[in-house]
Amino acid sequence: MERTEILGHFGQFGGRFVPEALIAALEELEAAHVAAKLDPDFQNELAELHRTYTGRPSIITEAKRFAQHAGNATILLKREDLNHTGSHKINNVLGQALLTKRMGKKRIIAETGAGQHGVASATAAALLGLECVVYMGEEDTKRQALNVARMKLLGASVVPVTTGSRTLKDAINEAMRDWVTNVESTHYLLGTVAGPHPFPTMVRDFHRIIGVEAREQVLNLMGRLPDAVLACVGGGSNAIGIFHPFIDDVGVRLIGLEAGGSGVETGKHAATIVGGSPGVLHGTRSYVLQDENGQTVESHSISAGLDYPGVGPEHAYLHEIGRAEYRAITDDQAMHAFALLSKTEGIIPAIETAHALAGALQVGNELGSEAILLINLSGRGDKDVKTAANYFGIPL
Amino acid sequence: MNKKLQAVFDQAKLENRAALIGYMPAGFPNLEFSKRIIAAMVDGGVDIVEVGFPYSDPVMDGAVIQQAAEIALQNKTSLQDVFEVVNSVDVPALVMTYWNPIERAGVANFVAGLAKSGGVGVITPDLTIEESAEWISATKENEIGRVYVVAPSSSDERLPKVVDACSGFVYAASLMGVTGARTAVSGAAQQLVERVRKHTNLPVAVGLGVSTREQAAQVAQYADGVIVGSAFIKLVLEAADEKDALERVKVLASELAQGVRGK
Ligand SMILES: Cc1ncc(COP(=O)(O)O)c(C=O)c1O
Repeated sequence: MERTEILGHFGQFGGRFVPEALIAALEELEAAHVAAKLDPDFQNELAELHRTYTGRPSIITEAKRFAQHAGNATILLKREDLNHTGSHKINNVLGQALLTKRMGKKRIIAETGAGQHGVASATAAALLGLECVVYMGEEDTKRQALNVARMKLLGASVVPVTTGSRTLKDAINEAMRDWVTNVESTHYLLGTVAGPHPFPTMVRDFHRIIGVEAREQVLNLMGRLPDAVLACVGGGSNAIGIFHPFIDDVGVRLIGLEAGGSGVETGKHAATIVGGSPGVLHGTRSYVLQDENGQTVESHSISAGLDYPGVGPEHAYLHEIGRAEYRAITDDQAMHAFALLSKTEGIIPAIETAHALAGALQVGNELGSEAILLINLSGRGDKDVKTAANYFGIPL
Repeated sequence: MNKKLQAVFDQAKLENRAALIGYMPAGFPNLEFSKRIIAAMVDGGVDIVEVGFPYSDPVMDGAVIQQAAEIALQNKTSLQDVFEVVNSVDVPALVMTYWNPIERAGVANFVAGLAKSGGVGVITPDLTIEESAEWISATKENEIGRVYVVAPSSSDERLPKVVDACSGFVYAASLMGVTGARTAVSGAAQQLVERVRKHTNLPVAVGLGVSTREQAAQVAQYADGVIVGSAFIKLVLEAADEKDALERVKVLASELAQGVRGK
C-alpha cells in the first residue's frame, strides 16, 4: 500500500488553504519542525520533559471486568489519562511549546473545545514562561466551566467566542484571526491533526509516541500484535497517534470512533467521515460536515472535544484507501460505556474517550474471546462529572 | 485578463486616478436589498464591485463582515443568489469567496455559472497557488480574472509566484490582519505595492482598513485601485431604515470617489 505525504498532502487531502499572510509563518514552522526532528538536543529535551513532567511512558491496564461485556476479548487500555493534565493533549503541546521557544516567539494562542487542549497549553506556557491566550466557544465555556477556571489558575487568559455556533470551530476561526494579526510574535498552538500543513504532520509526530510505546508494550505483554486498535476521533490527534506506528502492520485493524450525537440519521452528530463529504475547512482539505452550498454545518455531540465538523486529513486518507475504518457512536452508547468503565474498572474516562470504549464493546463482541483490542484511553473524566451527573440524573 | 475589468483600470489611468472598488456580500441584509445597496454604491461612483459569497467560517474577516455574513446566511443566501446579484450589477463585478463554496459547487460549474451571469473575476482569499491547478485552467478557458491576495509578509521568493498566478488585478493586503476599518492605512501598503510592481504590469489594488476619503486619496497616490468593504457594511448596519442606508452608502461612495481622484 502506497502512502503519499508530498507537500503536506495525504492523497487528495491535506494541503494549505490559508490567507497569504500566514504562509511565511507556516513555512517557518515547517522548517523548525523538520530541523527539530533531526536535532538530538531537541529530541532529548522533549523526552526528558515527558519522563519527568508528563509521566511517560504511560502504562497499559488490562480491563478484565469491562471485557466481560465485550465478548471476553482482551481489552488493553493505553492510559493517556494518567499523563499530567489528564489527557494525550500534553504530548503535542510540549512539543509545540518547545518549538515556539526555538522560533524565538513569546506568545502562544490555542483553541479549545473540551478545555483539555487549553489546559495543556496553559500548563506548557506556565512551565516555559510563555504568554498564553486560549479561545473557547462561549457554549463550551459553560459546558466545561471547571477547565476555564483551571486555565485561569495557570495564568492564561480565556477568550469566550460568541460568533457562529459558539463552539470549537468558531474558536479556531477566532484563533486564526488572532494569528493573522500577530503572527510575528505569536505561535498558534493548534490542538489536533487538522489545519494547514505542517500541523497535521507535526501534531501527529508529537503524538506518535502513544503508538510507539503501546506497540512495544502489547508485544511484551501478549507476545503478539493486537487484532484491532481503537480510538475516538474528534480532530483525530489521539487516534492518529496510536494508529500511525501500526499502519504497516496490515493485520492490525485501525478503528476510529466518531461522535454520532443523536444518531447520524438525525443530522445531529459530529461524525465527519461517516456522515460528511470531502471539502475544505480551517486550511485543509478533508471530510467536512457541510450543506449544498459548502457552508459548514453545526456539529452536535455530548462531548465538547469531539464536537467539531472537520477531521484531520490523514484520517480522510486512511478512510479513502481502506486502511482504517470509522464508525459513529451515539451519545447514549458513549454514556453507557462511560458508566460501565467507571463501575467495572474504577476508571472514569473522558466522554470523548467513552466513544472509543463503546466501540470496544461492539468490536469485542464481533471478534470474541480470542481477540486482543488496544484502546487509547485518551483522557480522564474529571472535567465531565457535571455533564455525566446531569445525564444520569445525579443531583449535584 | 478580462477585457471589461482591464477597461476600467485603463480608463482610470487615463483620468490619472485610481479605480474605486466596493465590497458587499450578496443577501445582506436580504437578497433584493443587497442589489439596491450595490446600485447605490455604483451611483455614488464605485467603478468595480466585489460581490461577497457569505461563508460560515470567514477567517480573513473582522467583526463587521462576519456580522453581515451571518445575516446573509440566516437568509439562506445560495450560489444562485450570488450569481443573481452579480448579474444585476451595472459595472464589472467580481465574486469574493472562500474556497470551499467553489469546491462544493465544482470548479467548472462555478466558473461557467459566473461567466453566464456576466462576472469578470474571482477574489480567493484562502486559495494558495499550490492548490490552484484546476482553478487556473478552468478560469483561463472562460476569461475569468483570478485575483489572489498578497501580504506584507509574502517573501521576495514567493511574491512573484503569487503575482504570476493573478490575471485580473493583484490584491495587496495593506496590513497583517483581518478586514475592518482602521484609523490609519498601514505604511506597509505602499512598500508592498512597490514590490508587486517589480513583477507585473497588472493593476494593483489595496484593501484592508480603507474607510475614508482621506485614506482613499492617500492610497490612490501609489495604487491602481482602492478597495472598501467594511465601511459600507457598517453604514447599512447602523442605518435607521432602507432609505437611510441607500443614502448613506451613496454619500460614502461619492466621497471615496473624490478621494481616488486625489480630491
Ligand atoms: C480526552 C480527549 N480525547 C479526545 C479528544 C478529541 O481530540 P482528538 O480527536 O484530536 O484526539 C479530546 C479533545 O478535547 C479530549 O479531551
